[in-house]
Amino acid sequence: MSEHDKDVDAATGVETTGHEWDGIRELNNPLPRWWLYIFYITIVWAVVYWIFMPAWPALPGMGTNTPGIRNHSDRALVAESIDALRSARAENGAALIEASVEDILADQDLRQFAMAAGESAFGDNCATCHGAGGRGAPGYPTLADDVWLWGGGLDEIQHTITYGVRQENMESRFSMMPAFGRDQVLSAEEITNVAHYVRTLSGLEEPSDASIAGQEVFEWNCVACHGEAGTGDQFQGAPDLTDRDWLYGSDMATVQATIYNPRNSAMPAWGERLDETTVKALAVYVYALSGSEG
Amino acid sequence: MALFDKHALLEKHSMLLTVGILVVVAIGGIIEIAPLFYLSNTIERVNGMRPYTPLELAGREIYVREGCYVCHSQMVRPLRDEVERYGHYSLAAESMYDHPFQWGSKRTGPDLARVGGKYSDEWHMDHMRDPRSVVPESIMPPYTFMVDRPLDFSQVQQTMQAMRLVGVPYTDAMIENAEYDLLAQANPDFYPNSGDYDGALVDRYTEASGREGTVTVRAFDGDAENITEMDAMIAYLQMLGTLVDFETYEADSLQNRR
Repeated sequence: MSEHDKDVDAATGVETTGHEWDGIRELNNPLPRWWLYIFYITIVWAVVYWIFMPAWPALPGMGTNTPGIRNHSDRALVAESIDALRSARAENGAALIEASVEDILADQDLRQFAMAAGESAFGDNCATCHGAGGRGAPGYPTLADDVWLWGGGLDEIQHTITYGVRQENMESRFSMMPAFGRDQVLSAEEITNVAHYVRTLSGLEEPSDASIAGQEVFEWNCVACHGEAGTGDQFQGAPDLTDRDWLYGSDMATVQATIYNPRNSAMPAWGERLDETTVKALAVYVYALSGSEG
Repeated sequence: MALFDKHALLEKHSMLLTVGILVVVAIGGIIEIAPLFYLSNTIERVNGMRPYTPLELAGREIYVREGCYVCHSQMVRPLRDEVERYGHYSLAAESMYDHPFQWGSKRTGPDLARVGGKYSDEWHMDHMRDPRSVVPESIMPPYTFMVDRPLDFSQVQQTMQAMRLVGVPYTDAMIENAEYDLLAQANPDFYPNSGDYDGALVDRYTEASGREGTVTVRAFDGDAENITEMDAMIAYLQMLGTLVDFETYEADSLQNRR
């Protein structure tokens, strides 16, 4: 629009847009200056951003977007900060991998490092099954006691964490209790009898005719793994049946169910998921939870 | 300024104005979205990705049906704390066969992008049946019904065909054998008389993956006889985030920078 068709509204003294709809005209007030300048600044900012940061997608055939002179990459940044974290832990971590129980007890720094790393890794990875503080749940062994299925020494714990239980790798802890009921090895009566006998081992019930009959079944079928006295065998992961600690429960129905169709539960091989230092720190933490090798 | 003076034309014709607005608004979208379809670094080049097996796909359908995504995301972000907790950050390639994707930003529960193999099958059973039996502080609802509800896989073939239509590379053999493959994955003894059959499932999907050990055959809920929704669900959860071989993934290459 040129100068000559300027149309000024008489009442306000403000120029109008020159448009008219049914006799109504629109005032042409200017935008607030602060607003306008901020708008201009955002345009300048966008241009600065194109220069410094990855911005424009490539045209076909150009491969990748414009990288910007800062060459920014979220993925490179996270890799850097992970590297920084690893190197901050490297010294203690390397010492920890080599350390024995005595070394860790003797070196307060190392102990603190192992316990702190172990506790946080335990919280995310292990507490889900074994409970906070390793208190356990039916089917998931309590780690905060001195009863161990596969051995409670630092090396044994580390081995179990690294290779897991009933996993496919060759080093995994492995045993398989037969399904005495499901596979019809024992009759229902024999299972009931042997369950009574097993419960007498830990004093949960008094010997009876059934338990005496069950003793014979036990000697034929169970001693190979659980031992003649039922004290178990950590080499085979066979639980001690004479203590008051039960993985699935000690009531008659649960013991019968276990003999009928054992659960043979599994634990993942954490060596495939966590680095060596973390596994060792976890082993130290779990070892400390128990306070005894049982 | 002759053209500029013609704006009255746009302002007085509503359809013309609508088309004009559409064109202007589409420019932003076209510049942001269109290049993703031809840029070579949109999806990283990785080893190991394969389409879901029929059983996993059925599990995924249940995951979507039950709205698991409302509380669980499937995307590990490239931040130090997330990588420390969950493992390698998620790649675009890892959800390239997901329709729809399950990324999300709402985490009432933990991220599940790498939950595969983290817990045992028994744990998933216990946890789905009664979350508080294993995690006392959990607020997840129980999904007890999945334990007994038989898996309805009558439409798995159609689902796979629909997935193929949107770009998932299912082969004819995969679709043809879908129901057999599904049954074979949840039951190691499905073909008692010809051992090479459940191998067929493993071979088919291992070939698609190009990597050994990405297909597991077992009774996921501990009961090989009955294929339940729990079988499908656990099969799906146990493979999440396990396909890509990160030993051969080149994070530093220009292709994979973001």
